[in-house]
Amino acid sequence: MTTTSPVEKVGGGAATYVDQRLGSNKFLARNLGKVFPDHWSFMLGEIALYSFVVVLITGVFLTLFYKPSSLDVIYDGSYVPLKGIKMTEAYASSLDLSFDIRGGLLLRQMHHWAALIFVGAIAVHMFRVFFTGAFRKPREFNWIIGVALTTMALGAGFSGYSLPDDLLSGTGLQIARGIMQSIPVVGTWMAFLLFGGEFPGTDFISRLYAVHILLIPGLILALVTVHLMMVWTQKHTQFPGPGRTNDNVVGYPLMPVYMAKAGGFFFIVFGVIALIGGLVTINPIWLFGPFTPDQVSAGSQPDWYIGWLDGALRMMPNIESHLFGFTISWNVLIPAAIIPGILFTALALYPFLEAWATGDKREHNLLERPRNAPTRTAIGVMSIVFYLLLWIGGANDIIAITFGMSINSIIWALRILIFVLPPLSFVITRRMCLGLQRRDREKLLHGYESGRILRLPHGEFIEVHQPLNTKEMAVITSKVDVPVLPAPAKTDADGVANKFYLVDRLRHSLSSFFYGSNIPLPTAAEIEAGQHHASHEAIDEAPLHAYEDRDELFNAHGGVLHHPGMPMSNQKQLEQDQAGSTH
Amino acid sequence: MSDLTQHTNAHDSGHGHEVEPARLGHSPVADIPHRPRATDTDPRMARRAERQVAAMFVLSMVFVVLFVVAYIAIDKTAVVYIPVLGEVGYSQVALGFTLGAAVFLIGAGAIQWAKKLMPDVEVVQERHDMVSPKDDSKLAAANYERGKEESGFARYTIIRRTLLGAMALFPIPLIVLLKDLWVPGPLQQGKSPAEILSTTLWRKGTRIVSDGTYMPVKATDLPVGGLVSAVPEDLREVEELDGNLNARGKAAIILVRMQPDQIRSQQGEGWDYQGILAYSKICTHVGCPIALYEQRTHHLLCPCHQSTFDLADAGNVVFGPAARNMPQLPIGVDEEGFLVALSDFKQPIGPSFWERA
Repeated sequence: MTTTSPVEKVGGGAATYVDQRLGSNKFLARNLGKVFPDHWSFMLGEIALYSFVVVLITGVFLTLFYKPSSLDVIYDGSYVPLKGIKMTEAYASSLDLSFDIRGGLLLRQMHHWAALIFVGAIAVHMFRVFFTGAFRKPREFNWIIGVALTTMALGAGFSGYSLPDDLLSGTGLQIARGIMQSIPVVGTWMAFLLFGGEFPGTDFISRLYAVHILLIPGLILALVTVHLMMVWTQKHTQFPGPGRTNDNVVGYPLMPVYMAKAGGFFFIVFGVIALIGGLVTINPIWLFGPFTPDQVSAGSQPDWYIGWLDGALRMMPNIESHLFGFTISWNVLIPAAIIPGILFTALALYPFLEAWATGDKREHNLLERPRNAPTRTAIGVMSIVFYLLLWIGGANDIIAITFGMSINSIIWALRILIFVLPPLSFVITRRMCLGLQRRDREKLLHGYESGRILRLPHGEFIEVHQPLNTKEMAVITSKVDVPVLPAPAKTDADGVANKFYLVDRLRHSLSSFFYGSNIPLPTAAEIEAGQHHASHEAIDEAPLHAYEDRDELFNAHGGVLHHPGMPMSNQKQLEQDQAGSTH
Repeated sequence: MSDLTQHTNAHDSGHGHEVEPARLGHSPVADIPHRPRATDTDPRMARRAERQVAAMFVLSMVFVVLFVVAYIAIDKTAVVYIPVLGEVGYSQVALGFTLGAAVFLIGAGAIQWAKKLMPDVEVVQERHDMVSPKDDSKLAAANYERGKEESGFARYTIIRRTLLGAMALFPIPLIVLLKDLWVPGPLQQGKSPAEILSTTLWRKGTRIVSDGTYMPVKATDLPVGGLVSAVPEDLREVEELDGNLNARGKAAIILVRMQPDQIRSQQGEGWDYQGILAYSKICTHVGCPIALYEQRTHHLLCPCHQSTFDLADAGNVVFGPAARNMPQLPIGVDEEGFLVALSDFKQPIGPSFWERA
């Protein structure tokens, strides 16, 4: 390849210049052709990343106009209904952004939408990683970083939601302060320090602003960088398929295909957010009016990602303890601090718990199909159901109004369902996964049911089974049968007591719970026989006239009907006849 | 299974996808036969795809121009009716649409380019275990041992321990510095947060004025079944003085009036005035202001988490997550017949906190 155009000459010169100082060509040589696997679900993380970039870009613009100040001003902008009303500078500048700065509302709405999409994409991306087992060795660290990023994203969202200082956002802060005060021992002081005294005070907006535009984005940026560097170093996982193994990457090279696709996708995400931000109103702060601690609007709703916490607060029974002159507000502490704390800790530790329970120490670069890890999949579905129930709780007033139901009965139903539905969904999911495994086994043994019904000459109807194609074959046979950890013995052969007997027994039962019910894949020979049979055997050896020997044929296959390719065999018969006649 | 997962090096070159220098070190997956795209086989289709991509890039530029035009030409207060969206800001919609279209088209063009004109043969690269080569690990361990030996970290016990002590203490100043995040005001000197949370502006004889108009309230101003949001008469001056809304956040009350015989219980004997009851407006759950009052049942409902208080029954919780009843303010009238507080609240208002008994 020779470079001839002047632009390329300049570019080449620049590359040499940089290389002489940084040795960058070594990196380029290794990485311009780096292969990235392709799958639609790998775009979820990209959406999160790109919407974060959009949040950063629009956020920088917003900082130029927004004033994080609780000083009182009299509004004198172009939004007539609020003219002459006393409000904080924060709210007034948010109104100016919405009405008096051209494109300001667009940026504000893009910022808000992008933030919602950011958190949403993170959640779905996390589902993908969880259900496909992408968090397994060697990627546990990246999972933890992902969990940290999720919490940061929630913090970023909540801190931003509270900045405009309208009535709705102030109510959110009031709730946050109430939660803070419920923390035993330090809660009251913490609230006083953070708010600079009582609620609402005049310090919190500017402090929150620093958190929102500096602290959290800085941390997110740092963690995202590490997240991506790890993906780069460890190479992306891939779904099973033909030619894909645990030791290779099959996909498109960075330059040019992946660059064009991923780079192009950034503009798609950016463009879509701009369109939504331009066309769909979000958080119309001008309708809520300025914040005052003694007013609230009915139907107050947080952004979607806080809804589950709000729902947990709503569903919790009103328990409070008074001990030795101190108060513990379980009604706030449990739903707002303890449950989220447990959930996020369990989430972060999950890869280690699973590896410990199953005794898994291998490196996994090939993704696991959710059905092949029934217990993991069931845990995931159970968690999502739990989350959704809390989330529904967060919208109980909206549901009550929309469907004319009583809030009390909704809450009571949810209080019961939160204990019933998650375990139920666990059991159902696990059974479904095992059922799918059985079907996979059937497919390997007998080919797939083609849906073609054939009437045999003697009048019997059969369904034609076809051999699996290469892709499906590779996907199904990617399943790894993980052995269950052996049951421990109390004493070893020499009669020495096993000190870790109880732990070992726990691991044995956990491991059986994880993989004990799995349906084993047929052996290679069985698959070979099944597929072979489903394909040419029936076609070649059972042409139309052969069905007269049907009894023999059926017995030969255990009474299972599979005579694929009948029409083809007719064709073949004709061909043979023709071939015979010409020779 | 082995024959399914193995791949061999490229041998199919019937589709114009020779192994190119740019993909040195890769090999296409041979297991799936490559089906050539129309753009691979038909030069006219390839040219068409080229034109499509270029058209998108051109359109993107056009939309940038339109964006600038819209920014300059459209009045920021102009409103336009768009079906589905309703009445929307003209400038807002025009800017959003042109920006969105301009950016989107760059992406669409790039992806069309990749899908139609760039190679669509997947290639293979080998992975390597993440674990370092044994020699590297040995060298790392040896270097660590050397460093430990040379520094004497293991030998000089006293240095090691004092260093750990110093490291443990040095963040303390950073934490101490946070203390003045809260500087108590002149009236808060020497008071703990719990004490501050436990008092409000209400004192014996403080007149109750209606919120917004700041007019004192007479018993006759309030019909049976009515509800009025009210504040202490000196709230406005205190707010001026403090420059914040803190006093309001604690002192806000609601006045409700019911038939005296409907009042089943109160938090104190005779705390009502002729069936007029005064309750804090701040929810005892997490502090939302409450004003959803249902006359018939005398229930007060918090819009945030639906805690429901029965105002005819000492403000007790009848439903929802709040654990405490709504604090009641004892009221009476002064010599002019205006409603006044008889004292401050007898319990702290708002959400619970640790030090609250």
